[in-house]
Amino acid sequence: MDPQALLTCLSTASCVITQTTGGLISGMLLFLVAAGLSLIFGTLKVVNFMHGSLYMLGAYFAYTLYTATGNFTIAVVGAALGVGLFGLVFERLFMSRVYNTDVLMQLLVCYGFILILDDAVKIIWGAEFLSMGMPAAFQRPPIMIAGGILPVYYLFLIGVTLGVALLLGLLLTRTRAGKIVRAAAVNPTMTSALGINTALVFGGVFALGGLLAGLSGALAAPVRSMVAGMGFSILIESFIVTVIGGMGSIGGALVGALLIGLVRSFGTIGFPLFTEGVMFLFMTLVLITKPSGLFGKEH
Amino acid sequence: MRSTVWLDIVIAAAAMAVLLLLPLVFPGKAFSDFMIRLSAFAIFATSLNLLVGYTGLVSFGHGLFYGLGAYSFALMMQKLGTSIPVAFIATVGVSAAVATVVGAICIRLKEIYFSFLTLAFQMLLHSVIIAWTPLTGGDQGLTGGVPRPPFLGIRLDDPQHLYIFCSAVLVVSLYIMWHLVRSPFGYTMRMIRDNPRRAEFLGVRVWRVRLLAFVVAGVFGSIGGLLMSLFVSSAYPDFAYWTVSGEAVFMILMGGISVFFGPLVGAVMLLLLNDVVTRVTEHYSLMLGIIILCFALGLRKGLLGFVLWAWERRRAGAQ
Repeated sequence: MDPQALLTCLSTASCVITQTTGGLISGMLLFLVAAGLSLIFGTLKVVNFMHGSLYMLGAYFAYTLYTATGNFTIAVVGAALGVGLFGLVFERLFMSRVYNTDVLMQLLVCYGFILILDDAVKIIWGAEFLSMGMPAAFQRPPIMIAGGILPVYYLFLIGVTLGVALLLGLLLTRTRAGKIVRAAAVNPTMTSALGINTALVFGGVFALGGLLAGLSGALAAPVRSMVAGMGFSILIESFIVTVIGGMGSIGGALVGALLIGLVRSFGTIGFPLFTEGVMFLFMTLVLITKPSGLFGKEH
Repeated sequence: MRSTVWLDIVIAAAAMAVLLLLPLVFPGKAFSDFMIRLSAFAIFATSLNLLVGYTGLVSFGHGLFYGLGAYSFALMMQKLGTSIPVAFIATVGVSAAVATVVGAICIRLKEIYFSFLTLAFQMLLHSVIIAWTPLTGGDQGLTGGVPRPPFLGIRLDDPQHLYIFCSAVLVVSLYIMWHLVRSPFGYTMRMIRDNPRRAEFLGVRVWRVRLLAFVVAGVFGSIGGLLMSLFVSSAYPDFAYWTVSGEAVFMILMGGISVFFGPLVGAVMLLLLNDVVTRVTEHYSLMLGIIILCFALGLRKGLLGFVLWAWERRRAGAQ
């Protein structure tokens, strides 16, 4: 514990800005993963425990595409689509078989895949830490605000994520597809009786959740080092985020993710050993006082 | 009823005798070490199944008690210099108290929210262990070893004595839990699992039964951790990490969730699998992942559950 260091940081503008921007991008990357998790839970009522592995796949896909083509846009879009496709196949072939069993079977299937994917990544990409490096377009001096650092890539990342959040919100609330998804979430039997292929809806939602996780991994690739098993900590954090924000709530996921991102970034200065503890404390308090989450609907 | 009690005691004594004789067949440290780890995990997994399989409370955070048992026992031995029986009983008391508080908070929540809250409490303990370095040694674990002074002529620093002690704790713990699930209280647990609302209408105080089940499971879970801290003569933050809970869940599902001895069989399987697969291949997680998928998609009753089911079917077919 070092409350003195935290106070010193909070009293200097440069430190506050540097930590805030760092916290914001952690939060943004976390949001993309948590939003997918939340969407899948809200619609399918299953917890995708392997969601962190999809994030990992996104990062490695982007690494390979970027090394092959040298084009960051292709890398990000390709990785996101690839992981979305992977999510669809996983849902159709495996996850859909355990929808009507209890949560432990879903946990088991997902855990099996976490283990398999971690080892597969080790076999394909090696066990060492990989780093993709900053794409050429973003290799320019950071913007300085009151002595605080704001790398250009951070701005890009925040912009892309907010755009995605907006699109996602519009998709769910303003389009016919979104209406179908929300209907299937409330009552899948009724929805399918109305002539809608709910299997397709579930597969599509899973694919969309996978796409978001893959996008997050791909966007994280320039700023995070990659290693097999990297999906785990983001999985745990996105659980915390979805619980805090409310399962199934995209807005809640955004608020929760920013909160956790800032806790992580300021926590490393003030209470480096207890950062995770503070997150779990948040989660515990929310679950005790309002189990459906800050923005979740009571049911 | 009376005669079955005697039969159970005879069976337990026979099991104990077999455990005592086994080292004659398999001499060597590898076997006794395996059995000590097995006793810790079997008690732990069986206690979790009291919640998951019998009461329908899917806890993701049972490792809370494994870590709590290991740390409170090891710390009491190390810092207070008490005798082993005193520390044993005090650990049971501490775990029961913590389980009462945590349980009272958690059982208010339904389904997945219950699971997540138990996980959150477990990870809180893990974070506290990591952060409270002066007391717990942080992520390095407790240093300096756990003293194991002799009591009643039992010297637990002798591997043979430790083996006998752990076997005895295993048999006694399983015996008590076996009796619990056969008792009227055990039937109430199953009634609540199958239909809590009906149980409520029949006048059962559902929350009280759930809480009591949570406390009993917590106490036995902590005994599992206690045995492990005796064995490794230390305690590590990993004991309170979510992976411990995960392993116990796999043991339950591999052995069979609906059978009392399923978790015991699952513990044997997972520990054997750990030892064999790590020796055969470096792609341990790949192999384990594939095996787990086979259980999740094919053998949902678990091995023991499947064997019993097949046996019943054969008997029914023969008649």
